[in-house]
Amino acid sequence: MIVFINAVLLTLLAAVTVGILRQRNLFGVIALAGIYSFLMASILIVLDAVDVAMTEASVGAGVSTVFLLGALHLTKSLEQKPHHSALLPIIVSVGVAAALIWGTIGLPPFGTPDAPIHLHVAPKYLADSVKETLVPNVVTSVLASYRGYDTLGETTVVFTAAMGVMLLLRGRRRTYSRKTGDVKTKGEQQ
Amino acid sequence: MRLDVVLRVVVKLMLPFMLLFALYVQFHGDLGPGGGFQAGVIIAGMVILYALIFGVQRAKHVVPQRLVERLVPLGVLIYLGTGVVAMILGGNYLDYSTLSHDSAHGQEYGIMAVEAGVLVTVSSSMLAIFYAFVERGRS
Repeated sequence: MIVFINAVLLTLLAAVTVGILRQRNLFGVIALAGIYSFLMASILIVLDAVDVAMTEASVGAGVSTVFLLGALHLTKSLEQKPHHSALLPIIVSVGVAAALIWGTIGLPPFGTPDAPIHLHVAPKYLADSVKETLVPNVVTSVLASYRGYDTLGETTVVFTAAMGVMLLLRGRRRTYSRKTGDVKTKGEQQ
Repeated sequence: MRLDVVLRVVVKLMLPFMLLFALYVQFHGDLGPGGGFQAGVIIAGMVILYALIFGVQRAKHVVPQRLVERLVPLGVLIYLGTGVVAMILGGNYLDYSTLSHDSAHGQEYGIMAVEAGVLVTVSSSMLAIFYAFVERGRS
């Protein structure tokens, strides 16, 4: 059963990816990207990573779709034909994909309990988390307490992103007059 | 009234449940999946949905842009402040054991405070970005 679900989800994922690549209309691309995120969230649920699945569904499919639509509102909705050939990008992406697949051969089989990642600090977290933090969800206690610095960094990333967008888009739009060299600020008294 | 009356009624019915779900995700993060990041995005999504259906002006009336833009750094400050308080009480930075007489309880309070900071920053950041896009689209 799980093999069947995985096969269906991964096939759909590949189909959506091909659709995104072939689509020239950016509105369609954004809709397909939302579908891609929901499929990814389903795959993460199959992998028992419910916290990540929830984030993927809310951030990837929800808010970022709205942001992309908002960005589309500011630009043209049709992708321009590329001027150069697609040969170099294809070589690069095929090369990277081959390297990644070659890298997975060295990994321990999926779900093995004696893989190195399950033997280092994970047993300590699983054994002591409830005793030390009174929080039954180990994901939360690792995220907020054991790895508090990392989450502080993530929060700062979100803060920085908001500041960057606000600095770029907020405020009055300035227009530069080529003839007189004046810089006009829109909405200002003449 | 335009023809989107169905959308307006349905959205109006959905909004309180979305807020309730966001709060559930926030405060139930200790027990099940969820936490500040997810709850913050759901709250931002609620306001964005309101803005899409009822117009940005009404959304800005309910959640003013000035307030949103001041909340963005506040969340990070709550997070940093939790670490500083833990330090003042004699522990390491971001080690919440000193926040309460009992080490485990201190950890619990610290996690709650930190998650609240994450919630504030994530929800207001998403809204600030949304408002910025909408505003630039107008001019």
